[in-house]
Parts: sequence; structure tokens; C-alpha cells
Amino acid sequence: MSHQVIPALSRRALLGAAALAPLSAPALAQGAALKLGLMLPYSGTFAALGENITAAIEMYLAEKGGRLGGRAVQLVKLDDESDPSKAVQNVNRLLGRDGAQAMIGTVHSGVVLAMVQASREKGVPLIIPNAGNANATGELCAPSIFRTSFTNWQPAFGMGKALAAQGVKRAAWISWDYAAGREAGQGFEQGLKSGGAELVKSLWLPFPEANFQPLLAQVPGLGVQAVGSFFAGGGAVQFVKDYAAAGLKNSVPLCGSGFLTEGTLAAQGAAAEGVRTALHYGDGLDNAKNHAFRAAFKARTGREADVYAVQGYDAAQLLAVGLEATKGDIAAERALVTAMRAARIDSPRGAFTLSAQHNPVQNIYLRQATEGQNKVIGIAAPALADPGTGCRMASI
Amino acid sequence: MVIASRRGHLLLGGAALVVALLPLVAGAYVLQLVSTALVMALFALSLQLLVGGTGLVSLGQAGFFGLGAYAVYFVQGKGAAASLLLTLPVAALLAGLAALAVGALALRTRGFFFLMTTLAFGQMLYFLIHDAPWAGGADGIFVQRPNFGLFGLDYVPARRDRPAVLLWTNLALLCAAYAGLVVVMRSLFGRMLQGIKENDHRMQALGHNTYAVKLVAFVLAGALAGVAGHQWAMTEAFVNPELLGWHRSAEALLMVLLGGLGALHGPLLGAFAFIGLNELAQLVTERQRLVEGLVILAAVLLLRDGLAGLRWRSRA
Amino acid sequence: MLGGFLAQLLNGVQYGLLLFLISSGLTLVFGVMGVINLAHGSLFMLGAYLAFAVTGAALPLWLALPLAVAGGAVLGGVLERTLFRRFRTREHLDQVLLTFALILLFEEARAALFGNDFHGVPVPAALDFSVPVFGGFAYSAYRVAVLLGCLGVAALLFWGIERTKLGSAVRAAAEKPEMLQLLGLDAQRLHTLVFAAGTALAMLAGALAAPLYSVFPGMGDGFLIISFVVVVVGGVGSIAGAFWAAMLIGLVDTLGKAYLPGVAGLAVYALMAGVLLWRPAGLFGRA
Repeated sequence: MSHQVIPALSRRALLGAAALAPLSAPALAQGAALKLGLMLPYSGTFAALGENITAAIEMYLAEKGGRLGGRAVQLVKLDDESDPSKAVQNVNRLLGRDGAQAMIGTVHSGVVLAMVQASREKGVPLIIPNAGNANATGELCAPSIFRTSFTNWQPAFGMGKALAAQGVKRAAWISWDYAAGREAGQGFEQGLKSGGAELVKSLWLPFPEANFQPLLAQVPGLGVQAVGSFFAGGGAVQFVKDYAAAGLKNSVPLCGSGFLTEGTLAAQGAAAEGVRTALHYGDGLDNAKNHAFRAAFKARTGREADVYAVQGYDAAQLLAVGLEATKGDIAAERALVTAMRAARIDSPRGAFTLSAQHNPVQNIYLRQATEGQNKVIGIAAPALADPGTGCRMASI
Repeated sequence: MVIASRRGHLLLGGAALVVALLPLVAGAYVLQLVSTALVMALFALSLQLLVGGTGLVSLGQAGFFGLGAYAVYFVQGKGAAASLLLTLPVAALLAGLAALAVGALALRTRGFFFLMTTLAFGQMLYFLIHDAPWAGGADGIFVQRPNFGLFGLDYVPARRDRPAVLLWTNLALLCAAYAGLVVVMRSLFGRMLQGIKENDHRMQALGHNTYAVKLVAFVLAGALAGVAGHQWAMTEAFVNPELLGWHRSAEALLMVLLGGLGALHGPLLGAFAFIGLNELAQLVTERQRLVEGLVILAAVLLLRDGLAGLRWRSRA
Repeated sequence: MLGGFLAQLLNGVQYGLLLFLISSGLTLVFGVMGVINLAHGSLFMLGAYLAFAVTGAALPLWLALPLAVAGGAVLGGVLERTLFRRFRTREHLDQVLLTFALILLFEEARAALFGNDFHGVPVPAALDFSVPVFGGFAYSAYRVAVLLGCLGVAALLFWGIERTKLGSAVRAAAEKPEMLQLLGLDAQRLHTLVFAAGTALAMLAGALAAPLYSVFPGMGDGFLIISFVVVVVGGVGSIAGAFWAAMLIGLVDTLGKAYLPGVAGLAVYALMAGVLLWRPAGLFGRA
């Protein structure tokens, strides 16, 4: 039962193995393992996300006996530290030094740009398991670039739409002033508009400051019925707590993109109770695939699965679809891309397909924070596709 | 500040020749790495004019480096590649102008105040690029590599040749900058800088306008950092706000210190040592910060004259 | 509208007082010892993580405050005796790089001990309520407590520096180092004391701020830079300068974010540039 996946070796050990093997040897010969490069954060702010994405990819490979499309797969891992200043160098390492033939990565939207660039220049297939910047499947789209997560626009659009459907007429937006926050803000506004509601004002804070007071003090004067927001991680923890402490939670309900309460509910405590968010995944999603996935992930890692694990798992599933079609030949670009484009991924989040720009067309669920869980309470926007503005897909 | 002897320059020339011949034997990855080291050497060299040459310790130099890199984006936008003959002067000019504005204010202070002021203004440039809607966003942005266009005759190297061509370009610019600084430091202006480094007040008492002299040096160093930044953008084809962050300024200071404050060519050795150590540390450990921190501690505590000083000391 | 403005003023004052607590240590150390400490922001971070560790062990947050002061004093004393003492007479570059190395090492220690996640620090249960202030906007009781606590520490500092024997020694050292010998004071002991006090202030500020800002990797960096701006604007070695500069910057930053969001990030730097043009030695510095 030995397979060629290397599940839990440290990067040092992997690199040692890579150094022993002749790098330049053509790896296409039948039986030679496909080198799948994982460039993810294993240290830094997003390390936990990188670990869960990786664990889910390894889990899928293990389920398949370490082979995709009949070809053994060897993982080559590189820690990108979520540091955009090292991103280009790190991609060079992954492709030039470690000889990766396909890439999965990453979390940070700045770092992923370097991977997108490399994929465009060198034609190496790339699957993005988290970063949600619009341009990766927008103006920078390419046949070799796929995404199994979301665009920042998608959950925020769903949230805006759900608010309008609940009868909210006037809402405001608060976020960090950076690309992700701007893209989400745009989605929120368009979602509100689709239901006849109005975005009264957007308030921005320089990234990554956590002094929210100057913005919160303006909320009572705006005369809005809800505030939408895009924050993640520690910023989200602090924002939700400060919002409640400012006495606004009951008078002007807070909502937002799902990352506002994703993996942060324990830290946010009572301040998050009842906060509604929209995302392509949530707790208590009742489908067979999800139950099986969560049980297997728990058994394998001892941790609860989360949206990041789902995205990683689906990245491996998508790659498998391509490799099945080419019998494991990663270089058969036309067949690979055609199959991946047409894929219907049986995901724990519910099945999804891909848009013409290679981004998931997926349900955005409405969730409510209840007793430490983001309980799914409905569908905010069914089978929602990102507009993919600016994409001119090259032909293959 | 010592300028290498004739023999030292022969050695440096030999090293440059070895680097120039690397494309014959090395693969793309090594060429890319050496290219980066050459760019960082150019960047550290610009700082050496201030630190070793004038006695001004600036913590904002990365601001000018990053502006030079962003100049490529400002000229080209998301459009087609422009000629190096356009983007390179624009990079130097933009960085030089920013250095003029920052220097004019910061040089009103001395010592640690100067250090804190340059740090703060460097961060201001960082936030400016980070937050401005016209700068391509906080995540950074791709740029086309400037080409070698001359009067409508564009030379665009084939993808296979590109690492070598970039390496030679960076090497040529580094050699030119070094030679230029040798001339500058040997000139009357260079001797005035040395005088200021040794005793600013005495130079003032002798009737020199040291503020103006220091400002010229600051602008020159800023423009040179801009050229280095431009080469970064050309080598990596990607710019992001982190290029302007103060950690990069501190790393440039480290390269200067590693190489040695006492010698003009110190930063060249320092940059290669730094890039080499970094690459090595990345291979053997996940705790790169620990390695970098310990290397700095060791350098500060033990290596008073830097790598350039080692050779001389062993001979003395 | 007026209510909103008053709320913003309160925000500015509260932020400014916290800035004062951080930068007072920086300006003291710098004024008395002539040493620049880039790792000051990391000491702030250590204080915040101390608060995180204390609350994480289900102990009350107020316990973290004396621990931060005591731990800071010990750590500061050790750092001064082992490292900073040797670097007093060294070049600026050496001091910069030494303290930059300390930043890296503190960050590494933080990563090893606490990992790299963001963590919230709970507000003490007794203060976990909000008081309505102006027109639908409430202020958390903890925020008020931090405001009062910072004011208290500031008053204590002023009293200590203006009214005690030690304080006069500190002033003498900052103004005329040669006076110390004449007064028959032990400069080395004074340096150890001042550095210990500066470290304690930074860690206390970190512990107080932890519930307001969460704890996260690299959190010291932003506070370090803004503290430098405070010191430059206020004038070196001047506690009064640091106080008024911190208040000014707290207000400019807060009001800028509220009313001129487009230029908010640059407002404090523009202020610093203006001060440098007008008084290069800072508002309270001697030219």
C-alpha cells in the first residue's frame, strides 16, 4: 500500500530529497512522479490556512492512492510566508530550483500575483485555493490559471442582495482600504442595487490599522439600517468587538463577507452572536459529501475542517479532472484545460462549475453566527458567477 | 573611506568577468539569483555614499529604491513595454526629486533625528504608494520589462536569453555606478563629503555650506537607489509597495555593514554575502529571522570593518 | 453632528494618550543615553503578548499590568547591562543594526512561543460594558479605563521627573551629561534605571492596549514608526514634548481619518514635515 505522496515531511527533508534526484531529468517518462508545487504560507499570519489547505490536498491524494490520472504525484512544498516582497523569488525557487510542473497556491492576494505572472509567462498550470483578488480571473486571466475559492466580489454581492431581500433600503460599508476591501465593497453595492437598496456611504481605514473608533463614531449619523464590512483574521476579531462595544450592534445590525466571522468566532465571543455573513461555505451544510469530508478530515488531522480545507480539497479534485483527461500528462495543455474548464466539482460546499474565466460558479450561503458556529440559514445568491470584468481569455 | 587599490580593482574586475561569463555555465535560476544580488549591490552602493561617504545613516533609502521601481509602472501603465532609455532616466529623476524633498527637510536635523526623520518619510512614501489609487494597489502590480529600444529599433531578448541579458544589464550598470562613485569620491566634492563625515562643524567653520553639500549627496544617492529600483522592476517584472518598506532599508544598511563601512566596494561584497546567506538559510531552516538576527548581531559585535576589512586585517 | 465631533475628539485624546505612553520611554532612553532603540516597538509587542498569555491562563487582565512593569524593568535592565551599555559610544549604524537584530529575534521568540495567529485579548469582565456618550455612540468602559490609566501614568511621570532627586538627575543627564559627574551621580546606574523604566513603560502600554488592538505578529512596527514621529515632533528627551506631540498626533490622525479619509495616512507625516520646517529641533526641543 505504499504510495508516493509525501504527507508530513518537513520542507527541509523534501528539499533534501529533491536535491538528491537529478533535477533536469525529464520527468515525463511513465512512472516518473509529477512534481506538484504547493506554495502556501506555513509561517506568518496565515499559517493555519496554509496548513489546512495542505492537509486537505494530502487527504485527497491519499484517497486516490497517491496517483492522479494514473500518474504518481510528489508534493514539493514552499513556505511563502505571505510575504509579497519575497514572492517572485519564491516562485522562481519553486519552478526553477525545485522543478515543480504544476502549482497550487496561495492565500495572500499579493503573493498570488507572482504565481499568476509565472503561470502566464511559463504556462505552468496554477490552481488558486484561496486568494480572492478579481484580476487573477479578470484582466490577468489565462488558460492555465484556475481558482477553486471565490472572488472578493462574490460573498459581498450575496450579502448585499440578501439585505435588500430582507427589506433594508439604506446601508453603509466599512473596510480596509486595499484591493480586497474595494472589490468586496463594489460587490456589496451591486448586491444592494440588485434588490433596490442603496449604499449610502463607504468608510475606509488604511490597511492594516486596527483603530476603528474614528469610523465607528460616524455610523450613528448616517441613518442606515445595516453596516456591511470586509475584514479577516485579527482585524475581524477586533472590528466585531469594537462594533459591539460602541453600542451599535443592536441599533444598526452588522453583516459582511463571511471572513468577518470565519475561524474567529471563539475570539469574538458574544460580540459576534447573531452577526450575519455570506460565504460559499458554512457550518451545518447538509449534504452527504460534506458530512463525509468533515469526518475524514477530522479523523486525519484531529481538527475540524473549514472553508480553507474545502478550497484545498477542491483544488486537488480539479487537478485530478485535468490529469484524468490527459492520462497524467501535465504538458498536454489543450486537453488538460478543456477538461478542467468543463469540470463539475462535487465539493463539500455543494457541486460547482467554472465560469469562462475559470472561477467557481457557486452558491453563496447566508449564515448567522450562533453559539460559536456560522450556521447556514439560507442561500443569499444561488449559482453566483463573478462578472470577470476585463478578462480576455487567450485561445488554446 | 578607502577606495580599493589598483590591485583591488583588478580583483573586482576579475570578479565582474566571472559574473559576466556565468551564463555559459549556470542555469536560469542561478542567473536570476545573481541578477538580484547585483541589483541589491547597486542599492547598497547608493547607501554607502551616505553612510560611508558622508556619515549620514539613513533609514529611508528603500523609499527611493521603490519609487525607481514604480517609475516603470508610471511610465508604461498596464500597456506595452517602453524603452530603457526612457524609463531609466525617469526612475532616476523621480527618485532624485523625492530625495530632494525628503533630504531638504531631514537634513535640517542631525544624528538620530536624521535617522528617525528619514525612517518616517520613507514610511510616508510607502503608505503613499500603498494607498494611492493611481499606484496599482497594495498588492503590487505587473509591469512589462522595459526593452532596449533605440530610435525605433527595439531589441527584445528571446525568453531563453533573458536571464543572461538581464544579468549583463545589471552588471554593466553596477560597474558604471561604481566607477562613477570612484570619480565622485576622488573629486573635490568627495573630499568635502569626507570632511563632513569627520567633522561637520569644522567644515562649516571653514566656510563650506555643508547643508547644500549633504543635500547634493542625498539626492545623488536617492537617484542611484532609483536606478537600482528600476533594475529590480526590470529583473522581476513585478513591483509592490513592500519594496519601499523600512525593513528593506535596514537590510541595505546590513549589507553596507557586512561589507564594511570603510571601503567603497564594501557593499558589493555585503550584498552578495547577504543574498548568499539568505539563500542558504532558506534551505536549511524555517527560522530565517533567527539566522538573520544572529548574523547581524555577529556582524555588529565582531566584524567591525566588514568583509572588505577582513582581507586588509589579515594582511596587516 | 456635534455629538459625532465630540466622540472623535475623545477618540483622538485616547489614542494620543496611548501614544504618549509608548513614546515617553523612547524619548527618555534617547535623551538620557543617546541610544536609539528600534526594538522599542517589539517591547510594546512583548507587553501585549504578556497580557494575552495572562488572560489565556484564565488569570485576570489587571494582573498583567504589574507583571508588565516588573518584567519590563528586569528585561530592560538586563538588555542595558549586556548590550546597550557597550553600544552607547558606538556608531549610529551599529546601534540601528543591533536593535534591528533584536526586532528579528523578538519576533522569532514570539513566533516560537505564541505562533503566528492574530489573537483577541478579552476585556476584564468588570469593565465589559459600554457607556453611551454622544448620540447613539457608546464608549467601552475599558477604553475609558485605559484613558484614565494613561493620564495617571503621565501624571506620575511628570511628578517623578520634576519633583524627585532621580528626576533631576534624569533631566541633568538629558540636558548636560557632564553635569552628572559634577553632581556626583553614578551615570551607569542611571542608565540602567532609565532603560529599565523605558522598557517597563513600553510593556505597560502594550499590556493596556492588547484588548483594544488584539495581538498579532509585527504589531510593534506600526507603533514604532508613529512613536518616532511623536519624538521628532515633540523634541528629543522632552517628556512634555512627547506628551503634547502625542496628543497632537492622536487628534490629527483621528480627525483626519474621520473627515479627510483620502489623505488620512499622510496627515501625520505632513504634520511632521511642517514641524521640521518650522522648528527642526521639535516643538519642545532646544536647537
